[in-house]
Amino acid sequence: MTEWTLICQLDDIPALGARRVTRSHGLEVALFRTGDDTVFALLDRCPHKGGPLSQGIVFGHSVACPLHNWTIGFADGQAAAPDVGCTPVFRVKVEHGHIFLKTDELRQHAIDQVRPVAGPAHRVCSA
Amino acid sequence: MTRMKLVLIGNGMAGVRTLEELLRIAPDLYDITVFGAEPHPNYNRILLSPVLAGEQTLDEIVLNPLAWYADNGITLHLGCAVQAVDRVRRVVHGRDANGQTVTAGYDRLLICTGSTPFILPVPGRDLEGVVAYRDIADTNAMIEAATRYRHAVVIGGGLLGLEAANGLMLRGMQVTVVHVMPTLMERQLDTTAGGMLRSALEQRGVHFRMGAQTQALLGGSDDGASPRVRAVQFKDGSEIPADLVVMAVGIRPNTALAQAARLHVDKGIVVTDTLQTVTDARIYAVGECAAHRGVAYGLVAPLFEQAKVAANHLARFGIGRYIGSLTSTKLKVTGIDLFSAGDFTGGEGSEEIVMSDPAAGVYKKLVIRDDKLIGACMYGDTVDGSWYFKLLRDGRSVVDIRDKLMFGESNMGDAGHAGHSKAAAMPDSAEVCGCNGVSKGTICKAIKEQGLFTLEEVRKHTKASASCGSCTGLVEQILMFTAGGDYSATPMTKALCGCTEHGHAAVRDAIRQVQPDGSKLLTTAAVFRALGWKTPNGCASCRPAINYYLISTWPKEAVDDPQSRFINERSHANIQKDGTYSVIPRMWGGETTASELRRIADVVDKYQIPTVKVTGGQRIDLLGVKKEDLANVWRDIGMPSGHAYAKALRTVKTCVGSEWCRMGTQDSTQLGKDLERAMWRMYAPHKVKFAVSGCPRNCAEAGIKDVGVIGVDSGWEMHIAGNGGIKTEVAHFLVKLKTAAEVLEYTGAFCELYRQEGWYLERTVHYVNRVGLDYVKRRILEDDAGRRALWAQLQFALDGEPDPWFEGDKAHVDARQFGALVAHIENEGAHA
Repeated sequence: MTEWTLICQLDDIPALGARRVTRSHGLEVALFRTGDDTVFALLDRCPHKGGPLSQGIVFGHSVACPLHNWTIGFADGQAAAPDVGCTPVFRVKVEHGHIFLKTDELRQHAIDQVRPVAGPAHRVCSA
Repeated sequence: MTRMKLVLIGNGMAGVRTLEELLRIAPDLYDITVFGAEPHPNYNRILLSPVLAGEQTLDEIVLNPLAWYADNGITLHLGCAVQAVDRVRRVVHGRDANGQTVTAGYDRLLICTGSTPFILPVPGRDLEGVVAYRDIADTNAMIEAATRYRHAVVIGGGLLGLEAANGLMLRGMQVTVVHVMPTLMERQLDTTAGGMLRSALEQRGVHFRMGAQTQALLGGSDDGASPRVRAVQFKDGSEIPADLVVMAVGIRPNTALAQAARLHVDKGIVVTDTLQTVTDARIYAVGECAAHRGVAYGLVAPLFEQAKVAANHLARFGIGRYIGSLTSTKLKVTGIDLFSAGDFTGGEGSEEIVMSDPAAGVYKKLVIRDDKLIGACMYGDTVDGSWYFKLLRDGRSVVDIRDKLMFGESNMGDAGHAGHSKAAAMPDSAEVCGCNGVSKGTICKAIKEQGLFTLEEVRKHTKASASCGSCTGLVEQILMFTAGGDYSATPMTKALCGCTEHGHAAVRDAIRQVQPDGSKLLTTAAVFRALGWKTPNGCASCRPAINYYLISTWPKEAVDDPQSRFINERSHANIQKDGTYSVIPRMWGGETTASELRRIADVVDKYQIPTVKVTGGQRIDLLGVKKEDLANVWRDIGMPSGHAYAKALRTVKTCVGSEWCRMGTQDSTQLGKDLERAMWRMYAPHKVKFAVSGCPRNCAEAGIKDVGVIGVDSGWEMHIAGNGGIKTEVAHFLVKLKTAAEVLEYTGAFCELYRQEGWYLERTVHYVNRVGLDYVKRRILEDDAGRRALWAQLQFALDGEPDPWFEGDKAHVDARQFGALVAHIENEGAHA
């Protein structure tokens, strides 16, 4: 097994945007591309109420969660003050426009976290 | 790298606040030394009155304990008065309590020496028992005197004097207030309110000598040998006994040190908009000792505004200017409610609305000029003080609410915290902010523990009033009595967000302005460059606003930027709490067909959509659609986008009208459909909802819509700027029209006016409140050519606008977002 897994090309992510990466276990990983073309990866889950960070607005080196506008920093996954919380960070490698994630992190990192449940009760049972 | 040296003279609220702001943005720039003449760390001077009254202790009002100075590496010289500033060598000389000289060199000097009490130049002013009311030492002297003596005289019937009198009375002294003017607090209150205040204090046992001029303070025995004060003597020769005399006749900026250092001093140390002294740019002055544009402020909120600007400048960011503050006053005497703000004396060209019920102890006066509230003075019932102050600050027209103005905000139809209007009376467990579930206790705790002073800070830390904002007044009240008596904010236009100092109006104007070379600002990046944005690509607040301003100002020229749109407008569906989406197809006028319903039913089955719900706007909502299914759901339903996710025209709600209804006078469904087809895909500063009713029974609830049309026998009545949300606002009648074509033209013109002039996230109700209904009437009713031009502009903007569900490319929908990337790990087949 190789140490890094190829995910996509830089141009597959819109500038100041994000993509979701599904993996065999656990929630998706969000890949972000900043204005200066740096790529970061976080678990696609806000520490506040589990919102999908990949759907937020990217600015500077952070993203605003689409649910309640918490700002999460890319470098450390920390929520901006005065909010307190942390999202798991994934390591990213960019080589000649190819974007890689750490294979063992894809397999194991933060696979215990879940999305909040919405909708009628029968969905809770079937989920 | 050697750090620069910053010396602060004056260890009080203004100076330490400046340091706090500075440490937050540039923690490592300076070695900081602080000189404080008092032997205490920084404390909340505003709360000395509750301490004197025995309601709080000295420990409770300390803002920065000694550990704070140590933690931040600040060298602190307490009880050390600065004797001189050597501006040539850039050295400060002080003398500590033991008479030792302390010196400190500086690269930047911050003077926050505050003010000194004015002592009447009368004989006997040096006697023992004569004190001012300014600091902890004075307060302790008064508390101590109250345990041993009986008669107290307070000279000065202003805010401070009355608070002192109240405190001393509560500590068991017989108190007489001597005031040279005929009315108490004449700078804050008119005669009536001043009189009510006086009788309330008299009932509590305070005596008054009004219009009395103090001639001398008489000492101990008749030979004058004893140094303690014995009586106060007036101009008319009469005397009253006094064992304690408190001088509270005013304060003067403490500028002696600055003057000795030959800094320019007028009403205070003269500073620029960046709080630098005009004489020496290395030296800053903040707070009561500073005179900015000829005004020396004596209240806390302006000092904090100044502190922010000075800190930003000291941190070498160099952005931000202080442009002055509006202030309001509240008396900190428990049980007496009093509020005043602005120009409450009125005068030439102003009108007054007065409500006076002396028996019930309630008095309110509102002063209006040019349809705007310019002053308020209230006694007894001050619940709405912060609301009036906000109206004053915002300078908005009050024409539309004039008839209800006197009865306060609670009469304006607030939702969410009914029954709670007096914050002080609320128990700690009571919920203040219904949106974020924040109780009064939580807010008080945050204010005390985090040292919060402004509404913005409370919002940041607790989220109270940060969502819908309808509890703002309550939160401001809690702030007032928890953090201290005065609350104020600058009237300057609020910055759009932290990325800029510019407000919405300035940004809009800049975008509308064609450049000298004929070019236009057409991208967010160009706007950021032209207006000197502080951040490389803005933030989640400013980017959507600017994107809207661009596409609404320059339709067909500015290109929509999906990455500057909130997720709902980027994915053209509403995000839900679990990350799924809801889909609401458009049904013209709320009418549907069997085949549409069949397709919807099939889609619900095919994509296993968990919830189907009828909305308040007469549409059908499919909830819980996975993002990867969105495009297929749209295609299979085959109905246009309902834009229920956008700041755009949402629905046109209609009643069945004359086609079926036995009461109907007009074909409301047809007009609703026509309006919806003419104006759908219209982006706006906020969501827009229409309704059309076929008769005055108004089953479509047109009275609470952005545009509501009601059919009458002879035509259509058009109402605008209603709102059914947080604050129910009944729409204003605009005009009566004869034909459906006219309704289309007038509605379109009003919408285009709102699109061009409304601020992002401002609903029509707030827009019309801001500019005034008269203005809208002038533009839409009186200017026929202007109205037709507006309608033509809207039609031009909407012509060829794509439906984002079916013309994704044209609408700049990034289709990649719907699919996820898949991490294929080699040899992982067994796991997957």
